[in-house]
Amino acid sequence: MRIVRILSLAAALGAVALAPAIAEEEISYPKQKWSFDGPFGTFDRAAAQRGSQVFNAVCSNCHSLKQAYYRDLKGIGLENEAITAIAAGFNVPTVADDGSNAERPARPSDHFRSPFANEKAARSANGGALPPDLSVIVKARDGGADYIYALLTGYGEAPSSMKMGDGMNYNKAFTGNQIGMPRPLNDGQVEYADGTKATTEQMAKDVVTFLSYIANPEMEARKRLGVKLVLFLVLMTGVTYAVKRKVWADVDH
Amino acid sequence: MAGLHKSEFANPVVNWIDTRLPIFTMMQKEYGVFPTPKNFNYFWNFGALAMINLVIMIATGIFLAMNYTPHVSMAFDSVERIMRDVNYGWLLRYVHANGASMFFIVTYIHIFRGLYYGSYKAPRELLWMIGVVILLVMMATAFMGYVLPWGQMSYWGATVITNLFSAIPVVGESVVTWLWGGFSVDNPTLNRFFSLHFLLPFVLVGVVFLHVAALHITGSNNPLGIDVKSPQDTLPFHPYYTMKDSVGICVYLLVFAALVFFAPNLFMAAENYIPANPLVTPSEIVPEWYFLPFYAILRSVPSKLGGVLLMFGAIAVLFVLPWLDTSPVRSSKFRPIYRNFFWVLLVAVVVLGLVGAHRPEGVWVVLGRLATFYYFFHFLILLPVLGKLERPLPLPESISRPVMAGGGGPLPGGAAAKPMEKI
Repeated sequence: MRIVRILSLAAALGAVALAPAIAEEEISYPKQKWSFDGPFGTFDRAAAQRGSQVFNAVCSNCHSLKQAYYRDLKGIGLENEAITAIAAGFNVPTVADDGSNAERPARPSDHFRSPFANEKAARSANGGALPPDLSVIVKARDGGADYIYALLTGYGEAPSSMKMGDGMNYNKAFTGNQIGMPRPLNDGQVEYADGTKATTEQMAKDVVTFLSYIANPEMEARKRLGVKLVLFLVLMTGVTYAVKRKVWADVDH
Repeated sequence: MAGLHKSEFANPVVNWIDTRLPIFTMMQKEYGVFPTPKNFNYFWNFGALAMINLVIMIATGIFLAMNYTPHVSMAFDSVERIMRDVNYGWLLRYVHANGASMFFIVTYIHIFRGLYYGSYKAPRELLWMIGVVILLVMMATAFMGYVLPWGQMSYWGATVITNLFSAIPVVGESVVTWLWGGFSVDNPTLNRFFSLHFLLPFVLVGVVFLHVAALHITGSNNPLGIDVKSPQDTLPFHPYYTMKDSVGICVYLLVFAALVFFAPNLFMAAENYIPANPLVTPSEIVPEWYFLPFYAILRSVPSKLGGVLLMFGAIAVLFVLPWLDTSPVRSSKFRPIYRNFFWVLLVAVVVLGLVGAHRPEGVWVVLGRLATFYYFFHFLILLPVLGKLERPLPLPESISRPVMAGGGGPLPGGAAAKPMEKI
């Protein structure tokens, strides 16, 4: 009867091993090294700040960041004055004293400015495609940061055999390899204040670090608390087990 | 019968209360000196762990509800606000979301422990059936909770699952409209799911109370599956099992913490971080992992009504399990044949889980049907027949007997009778 157990386990393992090969071929993203990986990972402040520069200069022309506030930039090490200056560079809608629609410079307490008033405006400005909100984009895509990086660096010439749709762009990381978004990052597109060379890969890496922070602003506090709690629980488990042994010492069981 | 309780507590305040409302006597009887078989292994921790988990879910849930907005245009944003702007809101939400997964992990282990050691057999049939009710209420609660963040999976999961009821002949469509409170999953659906998601955990508390009350009438089963014969077979619950449960709780919290703090989105579908959009159907609609085996059973039947019936049948069969298993022997330790099929069942359920996570194509369809077939074969055919044919191994005389035969010294003078001053 042991054989039944072994056979059924083998069948299950076989199924697990075989099935993915038989199922649909998936696009794979090379694993990148991120500063925020692992239980002690933190956001590389310099990279995240460069990333916020790329976001504000490039991405924010089409993508909103609705959940985030300009004040959140404090979490990547920017000073209050710098944040105020960045916010003031954008106009947000408001209602004037006479009741008419107006605009005013953004304050740190404002949400990141949305580039379009509504979905219809966004679609009509982008050939019918809707640029998604990027607040939690890193959490909202399988593959997370690696996928976004692969997407931003995945543009290239379409193979001649491929028939491209009208206004579509070739991207090897995107499902179906045709994406509405034109290549957003090109070498030297922004000038970094810290002198880092703004290659496509560098900018992609920076902006993904920034977006990972925006998607998980609590991450550093979470991991710090987690390390402490796990250490405490390991200690507590040891103590509790010792007491349990003591209590049970004179019981034959 | 009226009359004051004769309290034995020395503390005058405790005594005064206990005389009028003997809750201290009750606690002492049920959790202090309660005679518990001395041979539990660590699998007997999981009932207590499930209880702790329920308390954690209710505690975090109440604070989440203070900050959540059940409206289709605000639900998603209010959850994000909890994550970003509410003090320790991220902790509340990640504990609550991962707590659901932990709850099912703990409960499934608890159930499979019962299956292995025959905890559902006489006289514990009702105890087991109340447990199945708990599982059902848990599933309903988890399903409705998953809808609340109003992401893509929330919306489309709710649409798929509520649509199952349309398989009911004649009245199906009307039932679905009634469940939705409209003609699609929309704001009324979200509102009622929020209300029920808040209510059901307290129903759960009531049913769990009955589960524990029934347990304290029959007494616990044990790894040998034989009845307690004498006080020598038992230990007072405190401090022996309060301590043993504490060890389990620490390890459980370690696993829980590892999830919450270092991989909080491990069990979450990325798709659910996209706000619900009735106009865009996700390429794959996959339920939470703890529903996958049932989802696989549902999809392995080509007919909609058949699939729904079989899916609910998978739970219904558990209700009558005490009468399907005809073997008088409880523990698999003494059932050489059943023991193997227990593992086959476990593998079948795991395979069903994997099948549920994949598109119903190719091997997955075949595997799903095989595993579904085995699931029902196991309960409906194998268990009734096996009980008659199998020759069980000889049962030990008593719980303390094999311990002594195993080379241990004589029992300490009535460990069971020893009160709680041990520590």
